[in-house]
Amino acid sequence: MHLLVCGGTGCRASASDSIAEKLKAELAANNLQDEAQVIQTGCFGFCEKGPIVKVLPDNTFYTQVKPEDAPEIVKEHIIKGRKVERLLYVDPAKKQKVEDSKHMGFYRKQMRIALRNCGFINPENIDEYIARDGYQALGKVLTELDPQQTIDIIKKSGLRGRGGGGFPTGIKWEIASKNKADQKYVVCNADEGDPGAFMDRSILEGDPHSVIEAMAICGYCIGASKGLVYIRAEYPLAIQRLRIAINQAREYGLLGNDIMGTGFNFDINLRYGAGAFVCGEETALIHSMEGLRGEPTNKPPFPAERGYMGKPTNVNNVETFANVPPIILKGADWYSSIGTEKSKGTKVFALAGKINNVGLIEVPMGITLREVIFEIGGGIKNGKKFKAVQTGGPSGGCLTEKHLDIPIDFDNLIAAGSMMGSGGMIVMDEDDCMVSVAKFYLDFTVEESCGKCSPCRIGNKRLYELLDRITKGEGTLEDLDRLRNLSHVIKDTALCGLGQTSPNPVLSTLDNFYDEYVAHVVDKKCPAGQCKSLLRYVIDPEACVGCTACARNCPVNAISGERKKPHEINPDICIKCGACYEKCKFDAIRII
Amino acid sequence: MSHIKLELKPEQVAKIKEICKSFNNDPGELINVLHRTQETFGYLPAEVQEVVAAELNIPVAKVYGVVTFYSFFTMLPKGKHPISICTGTACYVRGAEKVLDEFKRILNVKVGETTPDGNFSLNCLRCVGACGLAPVVLIGEKVYGRVSPDGVKDILKEYQEQQ
Repeated sequence: MHLLVCGGTGCRASASDSIAEKLKAELAANNLQDEAQVIQTGCFGFCEKGPIVKVLPDNTFYTQVKPEDAPEIVKEHIIKGRKVERLLYVDPAKKQKVEDSKHMGFYRKQMRIALRNCGFINPENIDEYIARDGYQALGKVLTELDPQQTIDIIKKSGLRGRGGGGFPTGIKWEIASKNKADQKYVVCNADEGDPGAFMDRSILEGDPHSVIEAMAICGYCIGASKGLVYIRAEYPLAIQRLRIAINQAREYGLLGNDIMGTGFNFDINLRYGAGAFVCGEETALIHSMEGLRGEPTNKPPFPAERGYMGKPTNVNNVETFANVPPIILKGADWYSSIGTEKSKGTKVFALAGKINNVGLIEVPMGITLREVIFEIGGGIKNGKKFKAVQTGGPSGGCLTEKHLDIPIDFDNLIAAGSMMGSGGMIVMDEDDCMVSVAKFYLDFTVEESCGKCSPCRIGNKRLYELLDRITKGEGTLEDLDRLRNLSHVIKDTALCGLGQTSPNPVLSTLDNFYDEYVAHVVDKKCPAGQCKSLLRYVIDPEACVGCTACARNCPVNAISGERKKPHEINPDICIKCGACYEKCKFDAIRII
Repeated sequence: MSHIKLELKPEQVAKIKEICKSFNNDPGELINVLHRTQETFGYLPAEVQEVVAAELNIPVAKVYGVVTFYSFFTMLPKGKHPISICTGTACYVRGAEKVLDEFKRILNVKVGETTPDGNFSLNCLRCVGACGLAPVVLIGEKVYGRVSPDGVKDILKEYQEQQ
């Protein structure tokens, strides 16, 4: 038997380390250490109900496990063969306990290629990766295929860059392979900067060898002997696991000189980011790896011609690499049979926000947003109404009810006014103000703009100021036109991908939620009740029973009134923090 | 640069030189050097940058340019307990702003500042990737999940009692 304990960042924050230790100790105390093994794996994806413990072979899925549950799991499940009922996942729709992960709505529609090993293997043990066909693709490529044949497989598979751009991976490799140079580089972009996205981190934490293997394959194809992973310093666990994996691969002769006796040399080193979103852009990333400020430069020249240290460089995202070994092993036809006409394969999304099942999912291209949000995601939290889903991070846009049934792929999302991006998917409900959401993203872009080109440096700042005015009730209808015009100017003139896409959150909310903007500027009201300057908290004297809960919780003592008599809020003192609104059990606080 | 004038001890200078040397004094490794130096000193004051620049044989302005470009590097010392509020999108839609406001109110500092007693510094960061636990607050290395404005007082108490 195997007890798989999630060792991803989310679950570790909820003491999954100590769960694994307690389970091990409990097994040892019962002399069962040879019968059942405890393995700390990468992310299972179901972060909402973490920490997760999964028991194999019966696939029992325990959620929200605490360290003190360890003795019961061992005594009941392992020794007596009875499942610990209270830790099983309860299907919120059917109100039924689900015994194994195969029957959970969250997993049923998923298809795992990039995440194939996440949650199954111990990422710190290369043997477990090898046992699941690891490094076989590299072996096949080195012994049976020449670089061009390998590139042809990737081209034929239809794999497109998963970092956001969607550029065909095979073509990228081919261009880099044709440029002659004494040294070339393979770079893995693990600078996952989109707030609310954690796909790459989970792959690196859960299955680092898949990325190492694919980088070596890429090195063989383009003729590079050196690989670099540019990874965020904010991901200490991913860095640690990647380091362990690289060292193990070197020990096994899968990295280094004369790999598998074929004369092919390839090794990988790490470079750390230091907290700059713009470094996700490939030219900026290359400058940052060279020890410079991470400012982008004009393309051409593309990195495939002149990249790191002036040499031809191929940059791919973590998830793109993770797809490569299965494509080599199972063939281009298998991969291209999945997905839509122009977007093949699967995509990993990080579902977050006001959704029941926050977590990491991998779905075939062509699935609809409705399936993702309502079936896999389990619908909106607290029974609220769905309002929008934001895809593509600060470069993407907000999609609404009317977009729920379009099949998700690179081109459809762009046509709908958003983009695939790296895979963040933030769900919003009726309480979210779309003007504030646009302002939130602009705040991010203004802070992260490198300042090199004026449209991005100055233009985004002006966009932010316009939005700020609108949320304060100082905007006019002319401001809405100004927002739109300026957005287009920035898109057309900014130097790099950051500036060219930064107005997208503004444009998509203007397109889809124009009425909400109008309410802010004409009626001076925020329909979602989020914009503080446009709100007033009042107490309905009919509903108030005088329980004093609001007055006791008001941080600025703005509420007065006698016990058992209706209370009042002094608007001059009120800071609109909403504490009273949340504390009132009688729905007597009104936001007007 | 920084208004704090500070005199580095000879052993501190030696430590910086040692870090630079471990990266072969290669200017291309500047960011890695700065990471390691900040791990050692807690921050990167001007005086430290001057030593790094001399060792890697690059202008101080270039080092300063890199330090100020990346949000991970800081020229000001952090508090004994550095507080980081995640203001990524997932945390934002689940109420991170209200949590941040409560920290600001109780500690009476702005984002980027340190309390006068040097105990707490308050910062924002973008996404630690624990979106399932949103809103998330980090104090030192410890992650607090599903933090509500009400809970802020209790979290701070854990650290105030240690004093």
